[in-house]
Amino acid sequence: MTLSQPRIGLFATCLVDLFRPTVGFAAVKLLEDAGCVVEVPAQTCCGQPAYNSGDRATAQALARQVIAAFEGFDFVVAPSGSCGGMIRQHYPPLFEDDPDWRARATRLSVKTFELTSFLTDVLKVERVAARYAGTATYHDACSGLRELGVKTQPRRLLATVEGLELRELEESEVCCGFGGTFCVKYPELSNRMVSDKTARILATGADVVLAGDLGCLLNIAGKLQRNGAAIKVRHVAEVLAGLTEAPAIGESEGSG
Amino acid sequence: MQVTTQAFQHNASAALQNPALQKALKNIKIGFVRKRAAAVAKLPEFEALREAGRDLKNHVLDHLDFYLERFAAKVTEHGGQVHWARDAAEANQIVLEICRSVNAQRVTKGKSMISEEIGLNDFLEAHGVQPVETDLGEYIIQLRHEHPSHIIAPAVHLNRDQVADAFQAHHAPYGFTERREEPRALLDEARQVLRQQFLQADVGVTGANFCIAETGTTVIVTNEGNGDLTQILPRVHIALASIEKVVPTLEDVSLLLRLLARSATGQELSVYTTFSTGPRRPDDRDGPAQFHVVLLDNGRSGMIGGEFQDMLRCIRCAACLNHCPVYSAIGGHAYGWVYPGPMGSVLTPQLIGIETAGPLPNASTFCGRCEEVCPVQIPLPKMMRHWREQEFERHLTPVAARFGLGVWAFFARRPRLYRQAANLASWLFRRLAGGKGRISSLPLAKGWTAWRDLPTPQGRTFQQQWAARRAHRS
Repeated sequence: MTLSQPRIGLFATCLVDLFRPTVGFAAVKLLEDAGCVVEVPAQTCCGQPAYNSGDRATAQALARQVIAAFEGFDFVVAPSGSCGGMIRQHYPPLFEDDPDWRARATRLSVKTFELTSFLTDVLKVERVAARYAGTATYHDACSGLRELGVKTQPRRLLATVEGLELRELEESEVCCGFGGTFCVKYPELSNRMVSDKTARILATGADVVLAGDLGCLLNIAGKLQRNGAAIKVRHVAEVLAGLTEAPAIGESEGSG
Repeated sequence: MQVTTQAFQHNASAALQNPALQKALKNIKIGFVRKRAAAVAKLPEFEALREAGRDLKNHVLDHLDFYLERFAAKVTEHGGQVHWARDAAEANQIVLEICRSVNAQRVTKGKSMISEEIGLNDFLEAHGVQPVETDLGEYIIQLRHEHPSHIIAPAVHLNRDQVADAFQAHHAPYGFTERREEPRALLDEARQVLRQQFLQADVGVTGANFCIAETGTTVIVTNEGNGDLTQILPRVHIALASIEKVVPTLEDVSLLLRLLARSATGQELSVYTTFSTGPRRPDDRDGPAQFHVVLLDNGRSGMIGGEFQDMLRCIRCAACLNHCPVYSAIGGHAYGWVYPGPMGSVLTPQLIGIETAGPLPNASTFCGRCEEVCPVQIPLPKMMRHWREQEFERHLTPVAARFGLGVWAFFARRPRLYRQAANLASWLFRRLAGGKGRISSLPLAKGWTAWRDLPTPQGRTFQQQWAARRAHRS
């Protein structure tokens, strides 16, 4: 392994793959700018929906798939604290009774990182070369915050984006109500939580809300747009990489 | 009490549409969350205390039989009596028999969640003994024929005018005919009514926050002093405790007290911390003639050594309730049994069965805030997930959810097929959106689109675009 040019396996996440490819390209750009070689092995999902639904067998099968596809890289990076947390915190205990897979899971888990945490904590990136004219606010997605300690890393990088003012969100650490399958199993509760979240987002007066997890962002964007709010919603990587040409989440070419 | 855990979805919906409840629940953030944060900020060693608290409780659970026997021997040595209750029915019967042995008509009660768990009030009333709750919140909900909605603030779901209504409806016989609304006036009124009850009671029942093995002492913490009057004035004091409440020494209690008050109410220490060791001795100025401790198992010994053992560390501070976005949106009654919030979502299935309590461990986003604030670091989300695993294994998961998961898993386990399906889904979503960037109604995803728009894919999938870019580069 050459630390000067580490080989990264990008775990794009299934939501980014389907809904927001820009986030994948933003992650690639940030990693390449920091001197990494990035590859995207064939991938589906980290298995968290199965894991949190109690389907351990499917979660294990998907974890084995991810481990096999990614264990050859120097690092695994995900533009998501949720999927990153799944691999880092939950893969090893998933193989409690299987020493071989447990060892492989553990080896993978220690080299898996959430994107902004990898850039700042591992690569020691201090600034990004991006411009964004506007006021942003930031939502701390739960898994990244509590499972991986992602809190200051995105803020430190955002502080170096030229033209961007960061306005802190009240109760930024309170869940937005997405919660994977929770949002469709308990839609009324989820709606209440995202309504509280979006009210606080609007109270900041910011013109864009950022976060590090696409699940939260789809939920927040969907609620804001249902209510006709004009504030834009983007993944933090898009702003850090300067890839803000594409319409914001839930917007089309004409609407933005 | 009637169990409505199966109706959680319905209960939650009703709670969200109840304006009085929603108004009352706003107090949780001001009264508990902010005060806890301030108290914790003032104590730099709080995280170290949490670890010590966790380790202490783990030690006790690893040697529970030893400490329980020691505790029981010490209680007896000091002239008290210990009663072992396997389940709720046995515990109720023990309390009733003690009441009957002294011809008790009236029992005053300090706040006790164990008494709620075993349904003691209903049982005593059905057998001719009148229980009177003396914690102000418990007293109010007893007047309203309700159950606690919170484990330390039983009436947190109520507003002042509802308390005024309850007092007006019940206090005329005590000479209070005028409706009062001022908190101070309501408090004075309750105090005067309760004072008569304290003096007339034959038996006082309290819970126990801790049982000290070293000394045979039970400990209660209160902020109103009602616990002291409950246990000192009547002839008989009965302390109800579940078996995991035992701690080795007085020193250990001081550690847990520091954690408990800060986590619960943001206080450094509760106003009253009362230690009870045996009945009144000849040279004591007051105290009961009899001291009984009822030690309840009710399924807890079965948790030792299993995947839910960590739950027995719980010291009932309610921080997990106060910080839970689900609890704070709907309050405690929606959970449908005695213990609400994250701790209830783990404990309730153990006590009444996962078949009955299935919705509770599912009513969480796994945001992890409960575990983050728990003073003894109980991994609550992990244990809720264990319940979901049991539900899945036993086919208790709803059929539609299981089917959906199965279809998704079929594709997710076949990367090539998955990519083709994702390409198709991307195309389909975009077509449905008609260039708008989002969908406002999707019959198969009503849970989502009833409340919010669904942003649609930007274009072809990331993996498709990446492959194209790679081909172009090489």
